Amino acid sequence: MSWLADFWSTYGSQILPALGQHLILVGVALASGIIVAVPLGIILTRFPRWSSPIIAVVSIIQTIPSLVFFALLIPIIGIGLQPALLVLFLYSLLPILRNTYIGVRSVDPTLLDASRGQGMTSWEILYMVELPLSAPIIVAGIRLAAIYLVSWATIAALIGAGGLGDLIFSGIDSENTNLLLAGAIPTAFLALIIGFVFGQVRRLVTPRGLRAEVVTKRDLRTEVVVG
Amino acid sequence: MGVKFENVTKMYPGARPAVNDLSLEVQSGELMVLIGPSGCGKTTTLRMINRLEEPTGGTISIDGRDIESYDPIQLRRGIGYAIQQTGLLPHMTVEQNIELVPKLLKWDEKRRHERTRELLEMVAMDYGTFAHRYPRQLSGGQQQRVGVLRALATDPPVILMDEPFGALDPLSREVLQTELKRLQAKLQKTIVFVTHDIDEAMRLGDRIAILRDGQLLQVGTPDELIRTPQDDFIAKFIGRFLVLSKAPVDSVQQFMQTVAVRIQRELPQGGRIVQIADVPLWFWIDDEGVLQGVAGEVPEGADQWNSVNWTNGDAVCVRETDSPDEVFGRLADEEAEALPVVDEGHRLVGIVTRRSAIRTLSGALRRVEA
Amino acid sequence: MNLSDVGLLTLEHLELVIVGTFFGGLAGFLLAIWVRRRPRWAASFLGLAEVIQTIPGIALLAFLLLALGLGNPPVYVALALYAILPVLSNTYEGLQGVDPVYLAIGKGMGMTPGQIFRQIELPIAFPVILAGLRVALVTSIGIATIGVFVGGGGLGVLIFRGLQTIDIQTMLAGAIPAALLAIVLEVGLSLLERRLARATASK
Repeated sequence: MSWLADFWSTYGSQILPALGQHLILVGVALASGIIVAVPLGIILTRFPRWSSPIIAVVSIIQTIPSLVFFALLIPIIGIGLQPALLVLFLYSLLPILRNTYIGVRSVDPTLLDASRGQGMTSWEILYMVELPLSAPIIVAGIRLAAIYLVSWATIAALIGAGGLGDLIFSGIDSENTNLLLAGAIPTAFLALIIGFVFGQVRRLVTPRGLRAEVVTKRDLRTEVVVG
Repeated sequence: MGVKFENVTKMYPGARPAVNDLSLEVQSGELMVLIGPSGCGKTTTLRMINRLEEPTGGTISIDGRDIESYDPIQLRRGIGYAIQQTGLLPHMTVEQNIELVPKLLKWDEKRRHERTRELLEMVAMDYGTFAHRYPRQLSGGQQQRVGVLRALATDPPVILMDEPFGALDPLSREVLQTELKRLQAKLQKTIVFVTHDIDEAMRLGDRIAILRDGQLLQVGTPDELIRTPQDDFIAKFIGRFLVLSKAPVDSVQQFMQTVAVRIQRELPQGGRIVQIADVPLWFWIDDEGVLQGVAGEVPEGADQWNSVNWTNGDAVCVRETDSPDEVFGRLADEEAEALPVVDEGHRLVGIVTRRSAIRTLSGALRRVEA
Repeated sequence: MNLSDVGLLTLEHLELVIVGTFFGGLAGFLLAIWVRRRPRWAASFLGLAEVIQTIPGIALLAFLLLALGLGNPPVYVALALYAILPVLSNTYEGLQGVDPVYLAIGKGMGMTPGQIFRQIELPIAFPVILAGLRVALVTSIGIATIGVFVGGGGLGVLIFRGLQTIDIQTMLAGAIPAALLAIVLEVGLSLLERRLARATASK
């Protein structure tokens, strides 16, 4: 136990700012990802013919390893916080976009017909029918993006964006086990906690009338989201 | 609030017209059935009334006014729409589903609430039990009822129904048909009703319009169609109704009674207790319509149904495929005033009573002598 | 640095990916078969694999570094661990998703459970299992690029060197082949899956 206290007194001052920086990277990228990908996903459901090519293009971006992506873009956008945020934002798009598209598309068409028939406008159908019913899937996509962002953000340390990755890399460089752990353990925990929190959010947004069905669905892995 | 079709056509590119030069007038307050074989255009015709499909030619007017002159959204909010799959929103309760359009029309909460209560009462569904349930917690028949109530929510003058009872078991279908007729007698709505079931059409329709390949073949009251079918196709379509009116008694169905099916009680654990034609017999059926038991008396308290002595349905029932002779014999021999009739799935489809047997026999005698 | 260096590193990269993914995938596959009749075990293993998956790559590599030292060993183990979930999950779901009608037919024809498994369930579930393998492989390419930080080899070496010395050419010499490897595997295996799915559907 005193080891813990020593550890904290030595490294605490480094962990907290790094954690804060990490949260900024993840938070800003996630927020901007949601703001762009969710409306885009909804728009794609109105133009299904555009969906295949667009999702394919975003998938290709996703396939490229993050380190490689950072490396490829450095000549173009440079290093530092902002380029890192740009890359992280681009990466966060796919899981959210794909899930939004699939979720909204999966709403039973007879529900849409009955709703139109009663005189609901397209916006009313979106807010009162499509979004509530697809919310669980959309949140699942956001959750995935958030978890992966924690991972990608550690790499961003390499191009000067800061975050917990700094501690890990420094620890490896200087062969300092404690420093390494000071970075690696919070990172792992952060990812797990974020995963748990969004999992709860997903349960919260599942409409009560549907609880029984949604919980039993598993997510098949057919798309790559790269580390 | 009549609905009038004038030379209405609906063409899809690259195919023959779904609806071809249709002219038809639905009178205010009448229940007009649209029927015909698959692909005849009946559903398309229905959906053109609330502009879910737009006609490519001709005019449709409601109460004299061209529907094109309305904003489609406002038009639909003023017309009730009930479909076979109900389309009840699964994430909303029964009450929320029913009051959906009133809410969009900005009715205040009190008015919405009263209306929902009123509607549920109309179909013998207790507000306390059902208003806060979700659609998946209801039986098929209950869901369809809620679907119809939803269509009635804003008290619209015109209601469109697209095979609403098609997915139900035979007895639920009977029950809902009876209820619809009762509601219609009370409310006098203009109803356009699509079905492919000629029995249903004959039971419900004030007039029936027979369509085929997008064209109107004949329209008339059930009686008119039976007496003067225009051609062989229609005669065959009406089929057994023609046969029934001419032949002597050769089927149990001829003197089986299905009128005035009343639901005594919906059971919270599923199933219900029904009574037919005011005969003092009560039948316990489950959610599929299968007959579980028969009782000759009502218990003291409304909730004491479990304590009633239920006679096993098997012992006292008659099959709809049994010969009339057999059935007459049993009615004569047995104590009971009436016997339940079941189909091959043991689902309750009606009852036979001594009175109905005698009446039918005397009618048959008269016809044979004539 | 010349072309043959790049070639060698690419080969090393591929070797890391294939070996690591193979063992992890095999483990996932066997686990799925073992637990497919035991939903509660399945749920536990799937849960465990998900937790492993959630841990960021560099963190896992760091932990493995402490356990196994510098070099390729931690990279192999990390790749194997990350390959478990996609293959486990997809194999499990794929097998569960086989229409029971086909199983009934097999039984009716007098096939043993082993025969049913090999001749009916596996072929039908195969496209889904292959998808899981694809995800594992392409993800591995990514993780392997980070292997350089724990002393591993592969194209990450070039990328990192290029980053450190601000030598764009070196960096790209590592980045481009890595990107291409990932894209080619992804697209190629996807097409294969689609063709297989069509073939089994028409049966």
